[in-house]
Amino acid sequence: MSFFRRFSRSPEAVIGASILGVLVVMALFAPLLFPRDPLSIAGPALLRPFQDWSLPLGTDRLGRDVLAGLFHGARTSLAVGLASAATAIIIGTIVGTLAGFAGGLTDEALMRITDAFQTVPGFLLALAFVSVIGPSLFVVVLAIALGTWTGPARIARAEVLSIRERDYVASARVIGMHPLEIAFREVLPNALPPVLALSSVIVAAAILTEAALSFLGLGDPNRVTWGGMIAEGRTVLRSAPFLSIIPGIALVLTVLGVYLAGEGAVETTAVRRGRS
Amino acid sequence: MTAPLLVASGLHKRFSRGGKTVVALDNVSFEIGQGETLALVGPSGSGKSTVARTILRLIEPDAGNIHFEGEDFLAQHGARLRAGRAKLQMVFQDPLAAFNPRATVARVLDDPLRIHDLADRAHRPKIIASLLDRVGLSPNLRDRAIHEISGGQRQRVAIARALATKPALMVLDEAVSALDVSVRGQILELLLDLQEAENIAYLFISHDLGVVRSIAHRVAIMDAGRIVETGPAAEVVANPKSAIGKALVAATPKLLRKA
Amino acid sequence: MTPRVFLQELGVSYRSNGTEVEALRDISLEIRTGERLAIIGESGSGKSTLALAIAGLLPASTRIEGRIDWPELGRVPQNGRDIGFVFQDPASSLNPVLTIGEQIAEVARTHLGLNWRQSYKRAEELLHRVHLPDPASALSAFPHQLSGGQRQRVAIAEAIAARPALLIADEATSALDTIVQAEIVTLIQELIVQDGMSLLFISHDIALASEIADRIAVFRYGRLVEIADTNRIVTAPTEAYTRQLLDAHMGLDVEPLLRKAEAGKLS
Repeated sequence: MSFFRRFSRSPEAVIGASILGVLVVMALFAPLLFPRDPLSIAGPALLRPFQDWSLPLGTDRLGRDVLAGLFHGARTSLAVGLASAATAIIIGTIVGTLAGFAGGLTDEALMRITDAFQTVPGFLLALAFVSVIGPSLFVVVLAIALGTWTGPARIARAEVLSIRERDYVASARVIGMHPLEIAFREVLPNALPPVLALSSVIVAAAILTEAALSFLGLGDPNRVTWGGMIAEGRTVLRSAPFLSIIPGIALVLTVLGVYLAGEGAVETTAVRRGRS
Repeated sequence: MTAPLLVASGLHKRFSRGGKTVVALDNVSFEIGQGETLALVGPSGSGKSTVARTILRLIEPDAGNIHFEGEDFLAQHGARLRAGRAKLQMVFQDPLAAFNPRATVARVLDDPLRIHDLADRAHRPKIIASLLDRVGLSPNLRDRAIHEISGGQRQRVAIARALATKPALMVLDEAVSALDVSVRGQILELLLDLQEAENIAYLFISHDLGVVRSIAHRVAIMDAGRIVETGPAAEVVANPKSAIGKALVAATPKLLRKA
Repeated sequence: MTPRVFLQELGVSYRSNGTEVEALRDISLEIRTGERLAIIGESGSGKSTLALAIAGLLPASTRIEGRIDWPELGRVPQNGRDIGFVFQDPASSLNPVLTIGEQIAEVARTHLGLNWRQSYKRAEELLHRVHLPDPASALSAFPHQLSGGQRQRVAIAEAIAARPALLIADEATSALDTIVQAEIVTLIQELIVQDGMSLLFISHDIALASEIADRIAVFRYGRLVEIADTNRIVTAPTEAYTRQLLDAHMGLDVEPLLRKAEAGKLS
């Protein structure tokens, strides 16, 4: 049975994948559906939702289109979430593989660095990093990755420690393969599955961290973000609660979608392995 | 007689696990001549596999010397050691565990050719085909994944991989123990054919005296990290002197032919 | 003599990736009371499937045809109580976080209705019977503290704890070296006679089987090739495949391959 057929049998996975699908479509079509700069003024300020059908979700304090913001915000959330998770997993896996495979002093040094990063809360680290270097999309991605690479590093190291003792690694040494080639070609690909199982959690956490940074005004100022929209709405929370609630719901659904789809994928592959 | 191919002398190795120290090798010395099969026999935990892994520099001994083709093998490091490994190859017990689970037959055979720069990219497929042919496999297997082929075929691929670098010595660590009996006979015959054609020496590690007697020139019996007896295979098996040798002979299953 | 277990046209098939794989087909044989029956075969012969089928250990998705009867018992046999099972790898069949004593006592308690105190006493007797050195202190040891051979002795003690009528040893000595293998085989022989158990000895080694079994059944590709007294199988096999297995055995009395090869070179 194919992966997709089994995947589609699990209802959670289907719901998660559908939410993600909608998000991706929103992100892809945002510039087509809302070609105007979402930060520009589109109408009267504080228009409530469902009043004017050219601005279906209303406008914010400055008269900006909420629906356009939601669509363009999906781009930022997904881009930052995926990019920082990918960065964290790549850095983490490389560090973990090197530490586990080299052992000895290299392992000790790399793992103490990992400890150092892990003792500082990831969000504080990101906060400090962005405040010092200045908010731009690239810096935000890096800042989030900085706080999350330690998890993948530890898992990769643990996996590599067990793979290192397998016969096929000994066999690669016997034929004279270079240690770096053994680490990255023989060991790393086989250490990857458990790290990837963690990726949905990392992506979801990254999306939330990005929103939190934006909420505190440390997001990229030239982009619409959901966190920024929630922060904007906060000042008029009593008179126009929808300004915070709408992007808040989008955020919750996104994180839920990532979790469900990720879990579905992990379970599907686990079942496949269990059978074979 | 020419100088022996490999001389190991005074090998010592201790492992410490959970506070306890285990002596794995205790003053182990032996020689292997060109084209000779030396079998290493002993109960589990006697140190046979540690010897194999020490000879291959997968484990470093605490003391002792290994001279291979007249050179101090333990003094070699880094790139020089990796280049030197071409002449000293190994076939493992479980052919499935000895290959990367993602590998294909062609990749497994391509690696040694590429690493030791034995052929340029364009010529490698031809060499891979001839290696497969030499171990009695069809070249059509080349694109199959390792986990798709049978245990006997896998062990043939492992032998082909070891052969690729034209080694002078091949360490066979329980290389036929996991195979079905009918396949085992074929693999042993293949090994003998290759030995005759290429003058390869074998260090044949096994706990099965029947197999050892059948293909080895000389045998060394190990017990508790020491070599306790050596001699021509047929003689040692027919008339073991050491206690462990006697126990091994007595314990070997015999077909009861009560007429 | 009434048979202890009676298999009639037993067939087993697994579903794997949407296709049905036949593991056993049309197997009819009996295991007699007090007899030692060896099942011999290479990989893919279905010999382990047979052991699992008799013990009722096949996964629920397996399709089983035919019958397995226990005429003496008159009820459905219970694993652990009527059947003792010894697996190839004691490292994975014993629970690593329970002491030896707990594991054996648990079996005795469940199937013999003893209290914990009596169960531990029984466990100690069993460890004594399988010749484990210092049974009293072994009770509180964990599996990883024992050698492979000792662990297999513990697994045997656990298997016979409830005095089963049938002991199944599935490649029980394959992971051990020849010396320990011989000791375990001797132990199994001894226990079989003492307790009047029947033995189903699954192995790939026809010589080992010939040393332990009264009868040998040869399996290949999920079918029964032939079954007969050990003597008959070894001295006068009727099937070509059995002869092939006998010829493949490398005993200490056959012509070495090396000598054959060198003789070939001379001629």
